[in-house]
Amino acid sequence: MNVEATTVVNGAVGKGGLDNGGGRNRPHTPIYLDYQATTPTDPRVVEAMLPYFTEKFGNPHSRNHAFGWEAEEAVEKAREQVAAIIGADPREIVFTSGATESNNLAIKGVMRFHKDRKNHMITLVTEHKCVLDSARHLEMEGVEVTYLPVQQNGLVDMAVLAAAITPKTALVSIMAANNEIGVIQPLAEIGKLCRSRGAYFHTDAAQAVGKIPLDVEAMHIDLMSISGHKIYGPKGMGALYVRRKPRVRLEALIHGGGQERGMRSGTLPTPLVVGLGEACAIAMKEMPAEAERLKVLRERLYDGITRRLPEVFLNGDHEHRLPGNLNLSFAYVEGEGLMMGIKELSVSSGSACTSASLEPSYVLRALGVEEELAHTSIRFGLGRFTTEEEIDYAVEQVVSAVSRLRELSPLWEMAQEGIDIKSIKWAEH
Amino acid sequence: MNQPVYMDYNATAPVFPAAAAAMGEALTIAGNPSSVHGFGRAAHKAMEDARERLAAAIEADARGIVFTSGATEANNLAIHGAGRPRILVSAIEHDSVRGVSPTAELVPVHRSGEVDLAALERMLGADRRPALVSLMLANNETGVVQPVADAIEIAQRYGALVHCDAVQALGRMLLNVAALGADLVSLSAHKIGGPAGVGALYVKDTVALKPVLAGGGQERGRRAGTENLPGILGFAAAAEIAVAQQPAEAARLGALRDDLEARIGAARPDATLFGIESPRLANTSCVALPGVASERQVIALDLAGVAVSAGAACSSGKVRASAVLGAMGVPAALAASAIRVSLGWQSKAEDIDRFMAAWTGILSPLLAA
Repeated sequence: MNVEATTVVNGAVGKGGLDNGGGRNRPHTPIYLDYQATTPTDPRVVEAMLPYFTEKFGNPHSRNHAFGWEAEEAVEKAREQVAAIIGADPREIVFTSGATESNNLAIKGVMRFHKDRKNHMITLVTEHKCVLDSARHLEMEGVEVTYLPVQQNGLVDMAVLAAAITPKTALVSIMAANNEIGVIQPLAEIGKLCRSRGAYFHTDAAQAVGKIPLDVEAMHIDLMSISGHKIYGPKGMGALYVRRKPRVRLEALIHGGGQERGMRSGTLPTPLVVGLGEACAIAMKEMPAEAERLKVLRERLYDGITRRLPEVFLNGDHEHRLPGNLNLSFAYVEGEGLMMGIKELSVSSGSACTSASLEPSYVLRALGVEEELAHTSIRFGLGRFTTEEEIDYAVEQVVSAVSRLRELSPLWEMAQEGIDIKSIKWAEH
Repeated sequence: MNQPVYMDYNATAPVFPAAAAAMGEALTIAGNPSSVHGFGRAAHKAMEDARERLAAAIEADARGIVFTSGATEANNLAIHGAGRPRILVSAIEHDSVRGVSPTAELVPVHRSGEVDLAALERMLGADRRPALVSLMLANNETGVVQPVADAIEIAQRYGALVHCDAVQALGRMLLNVAALGADLVSLSAHKIGGPAGVGALYVKDTVALKPVLAGGGQERGRRAGTENLPGILGFAAAAEIAVAQQPAEAARLGALRDDLEARIGAARPDATLFGIESPRLANTSCVALPGVASERQVIALDLAGVAVSAGAACSSGKVRASAVLGAMGVPAALAASAIRVSLGWQSKAEDIDRFMAAWTGILSPLLAA
């Protein structure tokens, strides 16, 4: 199989290849700018995975023959690669089917194990759906859950968090970086606080691993969820970091053969495990330069749009933010029209899971963004294969679509004339 | 040394080239099936197409297919998700069925390796709380095919749901989910030449399933988490191949297996074959060599380049007598000298020769030791 060839099939995620037949500097369209939803698997990762589908196909749990040992060795190497990127011990890595499972295992697993003594957990209203949904399931089992608000910039208020922790608090689950607005929570501060108050600290780091430096020791993190497909690794693969010293105890979610030291049963998918390991190794090596490159591109996108368009609002803190995330709201346009106007850009108006629903993002609402502006928010997700040409093209697309829509908008016209729209009393029908 | 010979297909199987190709292409698709833009819609369409193809291969309603991370998760989801207060499982179920509900009532099996249907009926009649019965279609260690259709008929009379772990049956015997009538059916990709890390649970439309993994509402709310698209495409491709080739493969592998067992019997008249009076998967042979521990046989075979197993591949590598053989009333000492040989799509006649040469070769020094 020609790995190189398959990557170029999806021309838009090619390595900045310019359209040969098209106009000057016009990149392939549609342009993929949704790297927080998922990422293409890096060709180097695919290459590492392929032999484990066919010639090295053993079951890593077969302890009595060479086929099994070969697979087990590959699994353990990957475990070291995953551990290394977050400063953990390989024995603290539990492989799962993805970050959703990791989050379910961490939250339900810890609370079900501890709820007889400590029956309370804390999380944020802006967490990923699978964290919130796990918490809601626990509420039905009698666990008390506190959903903390966030500040206008999307960050947790440390004083509010400190006040919410009680002697009954077993777990604090706060994401490392938000999937919609990219804001990075103060992990080290949260970890220190939780440790001093005797609560475990779980962080959903699906969006953060490989994008920003993470260290479970320095940050006092007890459990961390990791995703494969958000870091150019395979879908269907994730991991949960579970601290050994002091040991975090949890109840398994999937029972059976007792793999992963009883915390997660099921045959380990060797090729996917190898892919996750390789993805971590690549990200670790390239993170400093790549983060810098993405930040420059992200600012180019932000400046390019805001220099030419007024009334554009950044959602979420500017400074404490993933390099590859930009989330903007455009006043005086209508959400669906905007999405149609920039349909050559594959962007998202929220998280992928909920993107089919017409509800405005609950994350933006939690920031206090008004409903109309929440409806016109766009998440731009930049990543490893995003190029400068693509960003420049995206700027053009956004500016022309928004300008066109505003020209058609009576509200925009009124705003230009200085009429305060909120003061208008609309006729009732 | 020659290429090692793999005879442990019930643990896992090499991936079919066509399934690997389907995955290789899908790996670089940049699309989350839940995204609404073109990349996401393409990913979604590919996934739904795979769901239809898998459903067609097993003659099931595609809307009933829930993709999971594998059969262990599927078994957990079925048993946990059915939410029945009473759970009955056969005494020879896989650990992933036994493990979900450690307090489940065990339905005994006959010496033949088949579940005791009279006992099942007695147990169902003794306690009228709503029950779930979990019975595998074919056993992973002996290959014995269970009378699932009969069990379903009994269970329905008592209002019980039936879950069927069909992991070893897919591609190895006829599997018609609609005709079988089970409420829940677990499937695995990596046992049939598909990738590890993907499986499925078929859920009949009358069953309201409680999810194990909460989150983004994928799989119609029955299983959250971004779907493993390449794995799903590889699974569908493998299922189509395995099911299409199944009748011919069963005949081919059955002949190889029968040859193996005949030669074992000729070489060692005291060797004991298990489950041979019952309908059995054509690819599986479970044989004991009295007086020679399973581990010693397996390790000696491995040194000679032949991979077999002493039972299920799972768990910690600790050696313990097979619970399956124990449930069949096989004495512990005999069970402790049993090995499992399981064949698959790359198996060929020379493999049997290699096995026999290695196995008979190790007998004398082992016995002398």
